Amino acid sequence: MVSLQLTDLGAAYRGHKVFAEISTPALQGGQLVALLGPNGAGKSTLFRRIFGLLSGPGQIRIEGATAARPIAYMPQDNGARPVLSVYESILLARMQGRRLKVLPEDHAEVERVLNLLSITHLRGHNVGDLSGGQRQMVNAAQALAQQPQILLMDEPTSALDLSRQIDLMSLLHRLTREQGLLIIVAMHDLGHALRFADAAMVVNRGRMVACGPTHGVVTANLLREVFEVEARVEPCSKGTPQLVVEGRAAQPA
Amino acid sequence: MAGRDFYRALVIRRQLILVALAAALVLSLCTDLALGPARYSLSEVVTALLRPGSVDERVRVILWEIRMPVALMAMTVGASLSIAGMQMQTILNNPLASPFTLGISAGAGFGAALALAFGVALFPFAIEYVIPVNAFLMAMLTSLAIYGLSLRRGVSSETIVLLGIALVFIFNALMSLIQFFASQQAVAAVVFWTMGSLTKATWPKLWISLAVLALSVPLLTRRGWALTAMRLGDAKAESIGVKLRSLRLEVLVIVSLLASISVSFVGTIGFVGLVGPHIARMLLGEDQRFLLPGAALAGALILSVGSVLSKMIIPGTVIPIGIITSIVGIPFFLYLILSRRGASW
Repeated sequence: MVSLQLTDLGAAYRGHKVFAEISTPALQGGQLVALLGPNGAGKSTLFRRIFGLLSGPGQIRIEGATAARPIAYMPQDNGARPVLSVYESILLARMQGRRLKVLPEDHAEVERVLNLLSITHLRGHNVGDLSGGQRQMVNAAQALAQQPQILLMDEPTSALDLSRQIDLMSLLHRLTREQGLLIIVAMHDLGHALRFADAAMVVNRGRMVACGPTHGVVTANLLREVFEVEARVEPCSKGTPQLVVEGRAAQPA
Repeated sequence: MAGRDFYRALVIRRQLILVALAAALVLSLCTDLALGPARYSLSEVVTALLRPGSVDERVRVILWEIRMPVALMAMTVGASLSIAGMQMQTILNNPLASPFTLGISAGAGFGAALALAFGVALFPFAIEYVIPVNAFLMAMLTSLAIYGLSLRRGVSSETIVLLGIALVFIFNALMSLIQFFASQQAVAAVVFWTMGSLTKATWPKLWISLAVLALSVPLLTRRGWALTAMRLGDAKAESIGVKLRSLRLEVLVIVSLLASISVSFVGTIGFVGLVGPHIARMLLGEDQRFLLPGAALAGALILSVGSVLSKMIIPGTVIPIGIITSIVGIPFFLYLILSRRGASW
């Protein structure tokens, strides 16, 4: 099983330190980890640092990787409008660094992720013509088609309607269980984190403030200190923990 | 399997479009060879091409020695400029990028004007090639300036295109200055050079252009997946493993060479490097395995047809091709964009 461990990781962007001394225990495959934090906390930069797009101090240790490129990274949608069909754009993500010839297994993989995400009907659509939510599903498909063992996803549900959000999060949760993937999802919806994530990492002002099982991390204290809201976590009638937000926390004088 | 079938249909459609473009190009080449002060039928041209020994010596000389270098130069330069424009649009992610809009053609024009007006040789060897060598050096210098700017942090592709446009104006002003001080004959020569003309084509120039094109195509083809991915945007391309910085440098060097060599031999031909790629993209999409040959064929076809028209419009006079491509091509391009035959960017 793959694992990922960060030790004293730091990164700077355009000369400004974005985060420093980020350390985690070895995050094991087979779990869904929520990366939480307010806007500008450094979540996207942390993903870029882990994926190798930024340099900086600290260590990233990956063990148990069997794929040549074990990590895939799904950034937030950038709104590019290429003249490419959905099918081609997913194939394109898979074919990077490979020969020009497309093999039968490449087609099979594209078709598999189209089916997984229930977007086979979009196969022939032009990426530039899709809605924001559809594009987000295609972005997820591009990441999955690379068959990673570790998947970093930056707000993959931000443009999806509620049912699609639940579908995608359920799928990701299932993939961790069935395929032993380690999936780290940056998200703002703490309800989804409580419902789907096995563990949570919380960054605030460039520091890791908590990392551990989600229910132990997402507490009233943390919500007040990091997100500046008064809220509590309660089990719903089905026993699933849910967030009850009461309002903004009082600002310190 | 539905996906595979869908993809196969897509590939076959694109292959057919490429074959159609190639067929149109062959037809255009034969027509180009047939036209001139002495007119030949297409069957005579085909016979002379396939069995040169079987035709009259005079016909053979006219077709092979006089018209062939010009006709092939039109195709080679068209393909080179179109590929250069297409890759500039790709690496800068900007539909306005082309050798013309980035100032490379204007730089070449300035280099040529220095030689034509004052006999200044920027490279004091190969004097018989002083005009193309000057043009080439200035074109490469312009490319280097653009590349130097692109290395600076926080410089967007829009900024680079704006710099290119600024360079066009600077070089145009310098050209005007040269013309102001130059003799009347020199002014005429500079003006004629900047119109772009295939009549300067010779076999050695053709071989040089062809060699650069033949070396560039496989190098760019090898990067097909990565270049296609660049159209997904920088962040997305990086996230699927494209090394943006090194790829941009590699491609910019290749396309600068392609564009510089072309304009240094035939002068300023502005239209093909901008429009050839867009026509190919409308027909074939972004996949560079098809777009690259498509852009080459579209560019070659535009200049080849331009060459034909340049001889047909006023019989006995060869109008400079740069004028023809702009006058005939731009309305056609506008029609394509406005009729929305397909998404173009």
